[in-house]
Amino acid sequence: MSVTTTTTTKLRQPRPALPEWTMPAVIWVVLLSAPLWLSLVGGYTALASHVVVMALVAMALNFLLGFTGVMSFGHAAYFGLGAYGTGLTLRYLSDSTWFAMLNGILLGGIAGTLLGTLICRRRGVYFAMVTIAFGQIFYYIAYRWDSFTGGYDGLRGFSRQPLGIGPWTIDIQGNGTLFYYFVLAVFAVCVALMAFLLRSPFGRTLIAIRENQRRAQFLGIAVDKHIWLSFSISCFFASTAGALYALLNNFADPTALNYTISGVIVIMVVMGGMRNFWGPLVGAAIYVVLQDYISSMTQNWMSFIGLLFVMVVMFFPSGILGMLKRRATT
Amino acid sequence: MSMLEARHATKAFGSLVAVNDISLSVAPGELRAIIGPNGAGKTTFFNLLTGFFPPTSGAIYLEGENITHLTATQRVKLGMARTFQITEIFPELTVHENVRIGVEAAAGYSLHMWTSRADAVVVRAGIDEILTLTNLTAKADRLVGELSHGDQRAAEIAMALALKPRVLLLDEPTAGMGEQETYQVAGLIRRLHKNSSYTIVLIEHDMRVVFNLADRITVLTEGTMLADGTPQEIAANPAVQAAYLGTAE
Repeated sequence: MSVTTTTTTKLRQPRPALPEWTMPAVIWVVLLSAPLWLSLVGGYTALASHVVVMALVAMALNFLLGFTGVMSFGHAAYFGLGAYGTGLTLRYLSDSTWFAMLNGILLGGIAGTLLGTLICRRRGVYFAMVTIAFGQIFYYIAYRWDSFTGGYDGLRGFSRQPLGIGPWTIDIQGNGTLFYYFVLAVFAVCVALMAFLLRSPFGRTLIAIRENQRRAQFLGIAVDKHIWLSFSISCFFASTAGALYALLNNFADPTALNYTISGVIVIMVVMGGMRNFWGPLVGAAIYVVLQDYISSMTQNWMSFIGLLFVMVVMFFPSGILGMLKRRATT
Repeated sequence: MSMLEARHATKAFGSLVAVNDISLSVAPGELRAIIGPNGAGKTTFFNLLTGFFPPTSGAIYLEGENITHLTATQRVKLGMARTFQITEIFPELTVHENVRIGVEAAAGYSLHMWTSRADAVVVRAGIDEILTLTNLTAKADRLVGELSHGDQRAAEIAMALALKPRVLLLDEPTAGMGEQETYQVAGLIRRLHKNSSYTIVLIEHDMRVVFNLADRITVLTEGTMLADGTPQEIAANPAVQAAYLGTAE
């Protein structure tokens, strides 16, 4: 009798769970070492920079979608405003990359904060619809205002300038690897801020709102105010990614503001795993890399990504990282 | 002065008058049960008290202060905490986290983007106290969604207690429970009432729970108040027996 019991307990005992820092440790090792091995697998540094930029905007959206439980289909607007703010500053105002980024971040972030006061009065599908509607406004402004924004052709005629830090200058202009590490540094700061916020009472309250708005309301939590703050914070990080995007391509095009990009960001989040802090990074990496490889072979690359997306949603509804995490803990 | 009072509270949804001219007064430290058949307007009346929606006419007072025009969230801040007929919790968070969110909300930390060490100590102590009071300490690290129905109820009550309420409103706390769980939750309510002298308003279907716990009972039928009195008075009231208790036998 006792023998049987011990065997069953042994069988039922879960595999020892990996410590919680395993995931971030692996991710940072991969990101930091990417320029060393990327060319061996057929990649290139600008592709890695692109992955990190898209990962940042996807993680920004996940702050809202995965950790506050509110769906925005208009994040391209704040991403695009970040890109245009940066590009326009470099083109017309200044050759300081820092100043240009600051302008881009403020333009997208403040636009999100102000529009958020209107958007956050709605809930559910109406919230999502209003985010699209406001997002499209900026797309049409950039599209129509030829003389200032370059219109349909996009904004050209600027390029990222070497970074001045005190007496030193970092040549992110000519050296792609240095630029990658610059993007990664900005990403690290943003990610650290998001993680810090999510561990605070404010972050826990956001998760509470995601879990049950009615209960949150009857705990005396100002639900609307929290959603608005979460939206604003998310927009600031999205516009930071947009600023980096403009610097990466030395170009800002109106499609970056279009709701199709908003959809791509949502796909990255869902595919990688929303509610999972690092999920959107995995989603962004898969999306950007697949796009790069498949689009060199066929124009119909989107059908392949669509197929993969459908399969992920059907078979791993918690996303690729969510699925891996479940495997690791059970 | 009464702790919680309704004066001529009325709520109409179109031509349906769900709550019709109900006045009642709950004394500090009292345990008031509201009973009545399905559709009597008990939950609607609760929603008027807690500000889930405004009354069509009439007024609600908390310790003499007119709170009729305050929102649900504002009433919570004044000390009204409630539970729902269908348990409203944060299912994917642990018991500890559920209570913690309540404690932090009550302390006004919900918008704080960092926690000082002193704050953390206060929050920690608040959580431990409530978990002990509700017998949930051993289950603190379990996800609330994975607990038994009875324990989920206890967790919901724990969250309400985290708000340090002046009035605790419980909507059918033993609904859908077996013997053992009903006994467990009734025991918790009794402790809160007798040992911690909370003012409690309770909607309940289980007559044993009602007659064992309540100081006073209010009987509603079809949106109106049929009777109001001590358990002895209610048990002896012929109108109540005919309209309500009679149908149960």
